[in-house]
Amino acid sequence: MDMITFPTIDMTPILPEIYLSLLAMALLLINVFMPGRQKGYLGYISFVGVVAIAVMTASGWGIEVSSFSGSVIQDKFAIFFKIIFLLSAGLSILLSDQYMEREGCNHGELYPLILFTVVGMMLMACGTDLMTIFLGLEVMSVSLYILAGFNRANIKSNESGLKYFLLGAFSTGFLLYGMALTYGATGTTRIFGISGQLSQMAAPAANIMLLAGMLLMITGFAFKIAAAPFHMWTPDVYEGAPTPMTAFMSAGPKAAGFAAAIRILVISFPALQPDWSQLFWILAVLTMTIGNITALRQDNIKRMLAYSSIAHAGYALVGFAAGNETGVAGVLFYMLSYAFMNIGAFAIVILIAKKGETNGTVQDFAGFAFKRPLLAAVMSLFLFSLAGMPPTAGFIGKFYLFSGAVQQGYVWLAIIGVINSAVSVYYYLRVMVFMYMKNPSEEFEWATVTAPVALALIISAAGSIILGVVPSYVMQFAQQAAKLI
Amino acid sequence: MFDNVWLIPLFPLIGFLINGLFGKKIKNETVIGGIGAFAVLCSFVVSCMTILRLLSLPIEERLAEVKVFTWITSGNFNADIAFLVDPLSCVMIMVVTGVGFLIHLYSIGYMHGEEGFYRFFAYLNLFMFSMLLLVLGNNLLLMFVGWEGVGLCSYLLIGYYFHKKSAGDAGKKAFVMNRVGDFGFLLGGFALFWYLGASHNVWTIQFTEIAKNSHLLPTGGIVTVITLCFFLGATGKSAQIPLYTWLPDAMEGPTPVSALIHAATMVTAGVYMIARMNFLFIRSPETLMVVAVIGACTALFAATIGTAQYDIKRVLAYSTVSQLGYMFLAMGAGAFAAGIFHLMTHAFFKACLFLGSGAVIHSMHEALHHAHSHDDPQDMRNMGGLKSKMPLTFMTFLLATIAIAGIPGFSGFFSKDEILWQAFSNQHHGSLNYLLWGMGAIAAGLTAFYMFRLVFMTFYGESRITPKAKDHLHESPMIIVFPLLVLAALSVIGGYIGMPKIIGDALGGIPNYFEHYLEPVFRYSEEYLSQHSQHTALHPSHAVEWGLMGLSVLIALAGITVAFTMYVKNRELPSRFTATFPALHRAVYNKWYIDELYDFAIVNPVKAAGRFLWKGFDVVIVDGAVNGVANIVMAFAGVIRYLQSGFIYNYAWTMAFGVVVILGYYLFK
Repeated sequence: MDMITFPTIDMTPILPEIYLSLLAMALLLINVFMPGRQKGYLGYISFVGVVAIAVMTASGWGIEVSSFSGSVIQDKFAIFFKIIFLLSAGLSILLSDQYMEREGCNHGELYPLILFTVVGMMLMACGTDLMTIFLGLEVMSVSLYILAGFNRANIKSNESGLKYFLLGAFSTGFLLYGMALTYGATGTTRIFGISGQLSQMAAPAANIMLLAGMLLMITGFAFKIAAAPFHMWTPDVYEGAPTPMTAFMSAGPKAAGFAAAIRILVISFPALQPDWSQLFWILAVLTMTIGNITALRQDNIKRMLAYSSIAHAGYALVGFAAGNETGVAGVLFYMLSYAFMNIGAFAIVILIAKKGETNGTVQDFAGFAFKRPLLAAVMSLFLFSLAGMPPTAGFIGKFYLFSGAVQQGYVWLAIIGVINSAVSVYYYLRVMVFMYMKNPSEEFEWATVTAPVALALIISAAGSIILGVVPSYVMQFAQQAAKLI
Repeated sequence: MFDNVWLIPLFPLIGFLINGLFGKKIKNETVIGGIGAFAVLCSFVVSCMTILRLLSLPIEERLAEVKVFTWITSGNFNADIAFLVDPLSCVMIMVVTGVGFLIHLYSIGYMHGEEGFYRFFAYLNLFMFSMLLLVLGNNLLLMFVGWEGVGLCSYLLIGYYFHKKSAGDAGKKAFVMNRVGDFGFLLGGFALFWYLGASHNVWTIQFTEIAKNSHLLPTGGIVTVITLCFFLGATGKSAQIPLYTWLPDAMEGPTPVSALIHAATMVTAGVYMIARMNFLFIRSPETLMVVAVIGACTALFAATIGTAQYDIKRVLAYSTVSQLGYMFLAMGAGAFAAGIFHLMTHAFFKACLFLGSGAVIHSMHEALHHAHSHDDPQDMRNMGGLKSKMPLTFMTFLLATIAIAGIPGFSGFFSKDEILWQAFSNQHHGSLNYLLWGMGAIAAGLTAFYMFRLVFMTFYGESRITPKAKDHLHESPMIIVFPLLVLAALSVIGGYIGMPKIIGDALGGIPNYFEHYLEPVFRYSEEYLSQHSQHTALHPSHAVEWGLMGLSVLIALAGITVAFTMYVKNRELPSRFTATFPALHRAVYNKWYIDELYDFAIVNPVKAAGRFLWKGFDVVIVDGAVNGVANIVMAFAGVIRYLQSGFIYNYAWTMAFGVVVILGYYLFK
């Protein structure tokens, strides 16, 4: 009888995923013995775990390891994105306890689910095989469906989870079909292998099967990043989901969608870049414009931020359409900035709202600045950053994205982006007008700021300012990470 | 070497942040004032260390640039947060922090009990920060940040009593006039950056780099344009013709502000700027001439107005404008060191005069208040006889007055005489020199006259307020008197470090320390000027120099004598004079109607044009277009909102539709 020889496997690229999964499973077990009042401790444990794993992940910077026969990789690109995921997860965990307690759905499963989502996103970022990426996407999506409907007593949350699930499944069909067609055309699912096959083809753009495969994959990812016309789920899902999860969804999974799409298109399909660049050009314009214009008319703050997040996906698509190093580095930088400023804004939304998700309109911000000047100032910072005013992270991020487009010769795209930015100022400043220039409609108790929420606000505000004032420090990392090929 | 120089602007910034953010909660005046003054004291100490270290270096090595961090990099453009330490900037930081500290101390006493005490100190510290940035910055942009910062603080502090309409108006006036100047500064900076870059591929805004490459610049031509732009900036900040009218109005601010910002430091920024870019100005003989003429005209013109004012602070304000004119006269004559020297001595005696006037006003105010009188405490016609009531204030005030009047042995004499001599003997302006000297000398006589008129009206004779109020007149507390004493002492002895050569020689070879000290900064320009001068050097003899000096002293003494005759000996003379020449008196008293002229020629037409653009153009066309676009966009938003039906099948259909369109387009194109 022959000895079965196991191939030696280097676990390095997926060590963060392994530890996160272990942590999540341990939390599930602990949860059973945790009395209802103390579920918050699970949050603390998972936050500490997330921080530790982030440190561990970051320490791999500069060490490139590929394993599992080339289906996962640890490179600077993957690490940069993993840090974004862990950051958005960490911030959302900090926001969760106070919100879930108030809404009466402080179930312990929340934290393991968040961690599993992160595992999925991480696989999307470090996968170099279509199957790995798909696996990651499904792990992420399934956990997200549950998180969206987590507040099961609330009908809107149920609606949110169900809609997300049905439409997500629908879009996954396109994605998977695209992957299958790509496999059919090239005979491989390894993304480096695909690019090798393409370089041997005489005219890859004429290969219908390959082209259709790529386009269908793009539509699948366009759904995940909420690009128009695949964005329609976003407002409904964002509005209904528990607010900390909305914050999480807008930052983490969106970044994960970009990570996977960038890696596949830039590495596998450079031969088709004219095509996908053009497509992203159009998608970027559509997404920015629809997101911004629809946001103008929203009174519900979560819906407004949902449309705003569509618009921001559009800005990031500008850098993606450019497809050059500046543009891709801009996307990385922007996703990081967006995590800070958007989660920060949602944190304030959580503080304003009252039990049962009431008090969530722009009008409810009236007079906020008189009651809580510091919180209003912080909210203004986030809004300024979202609107792209210097010296905040949002401004620098847009600057890199648009300059990537200009370098590539897409001057009009940059101009449309800037016009869109100008439009967006209206609905961001509208909130500030209510905060600073209107009197509160009625007397009521503002929520107290618990320590974890305060920490989340401090981190978000610091990030939004630091990335805006000394961007070059982070930008150099993003530029290194953007060197994919 | 000078690694800690960045601390100098940092301390006041910290003070500003503490008082600005928490001052309202601290409430305790001692703590707030203490923080403000202590921050400046720290800067002063570091400044002293810096200048001592600079002096310990050999003369050629007295130049250092301390980079803190890269601020902006964009293509060819690079700006650092970096500080320039050289003899010139060291004089400035010593004056700014030294005089600044004394005025902070004084303010603790003077502002006692004022509403918004913390606000005052926060602004004052912010001003110190900006001013130090202005003088220490190693590039044009950083200097401009400081330049704008001091302008902002000046605006805020002039309008400190903002509930008074006149104070608010004065602040606005200062701000607008300074903006006109700032525009010139910006244009000059842009033109310089662009010209050096586009024509010679030297893209820099750093002073040392520009100086190093200044040989690339032509003489005249573009340099004249650039320097005139910068000079326009200087006329705004330093209140020269034609942009001087804001400074007298700026006296609406609290008196310590007048002393610090509108006499000793900020208004000298224009002089400093020209000195800093001396290598640029020497390349345009035309600009130098303009600077000299404007300086001399301002010196004389403002002095005439000063003779007929009754508000004690306004007299000092016109005096400041006039003295700044001397400094520009020096700059225009290529005597940069002499101009900076006068800047320093002027900071001493003018700060002393302003603070002294503040003490007088304070005392008058209280006395009138107790007597329930509504007379103006700043009007000299209500004063008189304060000598015995406020002996220390009187002593210090008198010393500073003697200094500004140019009596030999006092600081003002040395610096002013050096400027007059340089105006006379320089080789750049040919026979214009005689005129420049003449105007300067007459202005000196007028200065002596109006200053002693002020002293005699205020401190001599009989008190002109009711006896009841008179009993409440009193000397100020120590915290107010102490800065006066220090500044008076400096007004007396401050001149000896910069004795004109001829006096030094006569006294047994005492060198002009100040000029030697500044030599590394201006050496290049002086050599350049002596080589490129269009006129032959005059080389007047020592006898001429002694003669001119004697003449200017005589003129000053004459001014004092006239003041003594009119306001002490023969007190009906002024009224007889005004009765004889009513039109002249009215014109001078009304400041030659320059404000009215500006209102008529510029302000009102601009207002009318503004009103037209507002009602006609802005409301109808611009707003129409903007609101029209906005309405269209909003309507569009209303339409797409309906697409968001909430039904899953609609969403799914949209997605499917998107997929079909994308696939259809790419597969069948």
